[in-house]
Amino acid sequence: MAVIRDVMPAFDLLQPSSVADAQRLLAQHGRDAWVMAGGLDSFDWLKDRIKKPKVVVDLSGIDELRGVRSTSDGGVEIGAMTTLTEVVNNPIIKQKFGLLSQGAELAASPQIRNQGTIGGNVSQDARCHYYRAGWPCYRAGGNICYADTPTGRNREHAILDADRCVAVNPSDSAPALIALDAKFVIRTSKGERVVDAEDYFIGPDIDITRLNILRPGDLLTAIRIPSAFAGAQFYFEKIRDRNVWDFALMNVASAMLVSGGNIDRVRVAVNGAAARPLRLKAVEDAVRGKPKNAATGEMAGRLAVQGAVPLQFNAYKIPLMRNLVKRAVAGVEVSTRAS
Amino acid sequence: MPNTVDTNKSAQPVYGGKNKLIGKDYPTADLYAKVTGKAKYAEDYRAEGMLFCRLLLSPLPHARVKHLDLSAALAMPGVKGILTADELPAPADSLTDNGTVIRANKLGERGLTNEPLYQGEPILAVAAVDELTAVEAIEKIHIEFERLPFAIDPLDTLRPGGPNPRVGGNIWHRPPAALMKPGERPAPPPPIEIKELKWTEADFAEAKQGRMPMGHVPEDPANSWSYGDVETGFKNAALVLDETFVTPDTSHQCLEPRSTMAYWQNGKVHVYTGTQSMIQTVPAVARWLNIDPSNVVLVSEYTGGGFGSKGTAAISLIIPALLSKKCNAPVMMRISREEEHFIGRARPSLTGRMKVGFSKEGRIVALDMFSIINNGPYDAVGDAPTSGRIVSLLYQPQAMRFRGLTILTNTPPRGAQSAPGGMQGISLMEPILAKAARKLGLDQVAIRRINAPEGKPPFGAANSQGKRAYATSSFIKQALDRGAEKFNWNERVARNPKRIGTKVRGVGVSMSCYSGGSTGFDGLTLIKPDGRICFQSGIGNLGTESVIDVHRVTAEILGVPWEKCDVCWGSNSKNVAWSCVSGGSQTTHAMTRAAHAVGMEAKLRLQEIAAKTLGGKPEDYEVANERVFRKGGGAGLTLAQAAQKAIQLGGIYDGHESNPDVNRYTKASIKALAGQGLVVSARDKYPRDGSTYSFVASFAEVEVDVETGKYHLLDFLAYADVGSVLHPKTLGGQVMGRSVLGMGHAIGQKWVMDPAYGAMLSRRFHHSKPPTILDIPARMEWAALDIPDPETPVGSRGIGEPPVGGGCSAILNALSDAVGDEVFRRAPVTPDTILAALEAGRPMQHPLMAHI
Repeated sequence: MAVIRDVMPAFDLLQPSSVADAQRLLAQHGRDAWVMAGGLDSFDWLKDRIKKPKVVVDLSGIDELRGVRSTSDGGVEIGAMTTLTEVVNNPIIKQKFGLLSQGAELAASPQIRNQGTIGGNVSQDARCHYYRAGWPCYRAGGNICYADTPTGRNREHAILDADRCVAVNPSDSAPALIALDAKFVIRTSKGERVVDAEDYFIGPDIDITRLNILRPGDLLTAIRIPSAFAGAQFYFEKIRDRNVWDFALMNVASAMLVSGGNIDRVRVAVNGAAARPLRLKAVEDAVRGKPKNAATGEMAGRLAVQGAVPLQFNAYKIPLMRNLVKRAVAGVEVSTRAS
Repeated sequence: MPNTVDTNKSAQPVYGGKNKLIGKDYPTADLYAKVTGKAKYAEDYRAEGMLFCRLLLSPLPHARVKHLDLSAALAMPGVKGILTADELPAPADSLTDNGTVIRANKLGERGLTNEPLYQGEPILAVAAVDELTAVEAIEKIHIEFERLPFAIDPLDTLRPGGPNPRVGGNIWHRPPAALMKPGERPAPPPPIEIKELKWTEADFAEAKQGRMPMGHVPEDPANSWSYGDVETGFKNAALVLDETFVTPDTSHQCLEPRSTMAYWQNGKVHVYTGTQSMIQTVPAVARWLNIDPSNVVLVSEYTGGGFGSKGTAAISLIIPALLSKKCNAPVMMRISREEEHFIGRARPSLTGRMKVGFSKEGRIVALDMFSIINNGPYDAVGDAPTSGRIVSLLYQPQAMRFRGLTILTNTPPRGAQSAPGGMQGISLMEPILAKAARKLGLDQVAIRRINAPEGKPPFGAANSQGKRAYATSSFIKQALDRGAEKFNWNERVARNPKRIGTKVRGVGVSMSCYSGGSTGFDGLTLIKPDGRICFQSGIGNLGTESVIDVHRVTAEILGVPWEKCDVCWGSNSKNVAWSCVSGGSQTTHAMTRAAHAVGMEAKLRLQEIAAKTLGGKPEDYEVANERVFRKGGGAGLTLAQAAQKAIQLGGIYDGHESNPDVNRYTKASIKALAGQGLVVSARDKYPRDGSTYSFVASFAEVEVDVETGKYHLLDFLAYADVGSVLHPKTLGGQVMGRSVLGMGHAIGQKWVMDPAYGAMLSRRFHHSKPPTILDIPARMEWAALDIPDPETPVGSRGIGEPPVGGGCSAILNALSDAVGDEVFRRAPVTPDTILAALEAGRPMQHPLMAHI
């Protein structure tokens, strides 16, 4: 049968007003249901007719999933349906957890950030050209990777932790959340579950068909950022081809507490290097207690890329990751360029 | 702040001198509709009972439809009809205005096909009550293909034993015309054929070293020529550089895709579409549908961008037109962004090699240039021969040899894109010129100045009479000088340090040029009995505003305030003049000439009417301030009175007779306007010595982060030599906008294709990465010399295309100034290009591969 793209198929649109209702609807429709947050990822799949769910459960009417609340421990809880723009502009996040504001503001474009949500941004699917065009690859349930061949186009793909699939996670807010030691609150049929940010994401070795631990019927309801790194030294950098409306070739986030010139507590994460945003635990361990200087940064960068394996067109990602991690640890000399 | 430069050295000059209209700013009549959203583009039209159609596209790069079962689709409620390639009219020969036969290319693109030649080529179209039904019907169509060999890279198909993109070969070949017997009318040329061209293994030996192989090029005066003694030039050169360079394929990315609505009424087809050229699209539609042009009603009031891809609309418009006939209902075909990437045309990538010999002063003494164009499967684009012609004009090499090849591949069809060929040729030469200046210790502006054209500069090879063609004028040396001053070139070059932290700055300058005008078209003006003037504009409204701007010339000549003028445009049913195609940046030049001619003709007719009415001779009267009156004061007529008189006089005055010089399309419009007032028409018959080209000097500054490869464009200036300024605001829009189009090629716009499957991976806007508003330089400026072209009465030339090569090359040159000559041999230059090369100390991207 012939294939045609770019026209959304018909589906029933269900718009629950509570998480409980959403869960009931998801249980009722099972595999026929598709969960939609801001729709930026969903509409791509739907318009391309690659995913044809019978019902779409739209979470945008659930008030309890929106907004940013201070928590008793001095942190914040962000509803999963809070838009990226709201995250970027929130004064508490800006003041205490500016790392997330920076990461979220570098995502996509203003229009997309107005519609896209923090829950959607961390839960979005891989953007590999082949996978998103409907090619029957490993991630789509097939038995081949089209990107990982001598001629496959893989400039944007993984240098670490590849397992059959070489796609990368596209989120800009995820590494910031990992660096801030955020907790992801998940509502499952069995109740609420809270996981560390880095454990929300999974690689192809765990499940090649999804980028996170959500199972059918599960909902990400909130993201909690503890106070541990409130007001810490932050570094976020995203390298992309275009200055707006572009996924990262790679991004880096770090949160750091420095005392007496020495790195006291630190968390570093990188995205765009693997199928999951990577928390660089070895780097954290190596730099802890060391002076925050160029030498520590160089060492951190070299350590970060150990074991990296380039594909045909993405060898640049190795020096890129090395340099970004170096900067995330040691900082970068600021140019005096007047912009 | 050592690193900031005051770029506001001089304010924008005042253009247009003492003119009232020419060279002055004003709001164009179509502006309000555009900014308020009231402007109607093709997709905005509706007709009673209108159906929608959708296309079934080929999933394979080259195949034959073996089996097609439409039964399940046709059985669906709401499906009204399916159009296949078998139902298309046969390609028909056509006649030009002077009776020359243009042979139809029977192997050319036809809109739908049973042998798809690229992934995404339309195979059939389904009409239904709505798009969803049409799409679901397409998913019910059973289609089987026989896979055929394919090639997406021109070098692959040139290899010995390489795949042929078409049955029969990989290049077009036009057999020589039959010899003419004395006194006989020339026979139509024989039809064009497809032939096979393969190079040898020995030819390809160089490819292993990353240099473009240069094998046999078939005899063809456009693609294989030389002048001067190239070998001696190289022998005596102080420096010889030999470099391979690859430019990207770039989709036009018009915001309006080629959507079309069509219906038939009383034997006429009504077509609502976007086109760069209004009246010239009428014969194109007639040719594609194989019907008489008098049966075409074309509506195109607004067009959302063309950039060469909608010269005379697009052949795909025949799909809704034929489906409409078949289903006996209006049919709307909306083209999605993905479909636009397939059928919407693109600039072809150029793989090129240049060997350039320089004197120690930087003069180009010898040039050997070889261009290979990736054409796609259908009619040949002109980029290869044009790349050689433009380079020979812009850099005036003392001796030059050019070879060009236009290779067929199984990739989406290419078309002209702003400065086709010129942009790629300039992008090949400019980085070499920048490198030569560094090697010879010369200033970048100086090395361009010494090679720049001036006077009536020659270009290309000599013709059979031994004469070389030449341009009407070139003042690019002045543009370089004034631009360098305005950009503070010397201060920027001398600034220290270049590097602060990981950020390195670079400055670049580039020359650029492209064709800037044609001749021989018509003006048609109606002076109404109420004294208003209407300009009957057959020009397309493609966004440049030339559709309105050029008519200011007639108003200036007649001394009529612009408030009393109307421009009538947007449909051949509005009785408009035969106008040029708005491509090749010809409109401003061609149609100001026509506007001048019709202004002078109107003056003459008004003088004649005054003489007939008030006595005396026509030359006793003059025309000014909305009146025709006796010289030195005295009796006269208002324009309103003259128009009323014209109706009484009839004949040549009110359009019952036509000016015999004008085109038959203009004559038909005159006939329809007859009796409405003073109807004046004229054809541009002004002489012109030389070919018309416009020139731009472009300057850029960039800042590169050497640890990430990421760079930002800081400043840009384009100084234009475009003759007399017609409308500063729209000129600035073109200079800046087209510079940005060029920048896209430097900084990231491209196609990404998988060679193993022949599949397009960059199918959407954000995959192919045209520049965004945040990618262009924060500071952009433009200026124009405002020196009239000596070979046209108004002095104005076109400007759409000349800035493109400069936008690309000034950025490339600024980048190599920042990071060195051993980083890239290609465009676009993206962070990975820079970082991988800096890491390795040499260019790391595949030297001959475009689609990464």
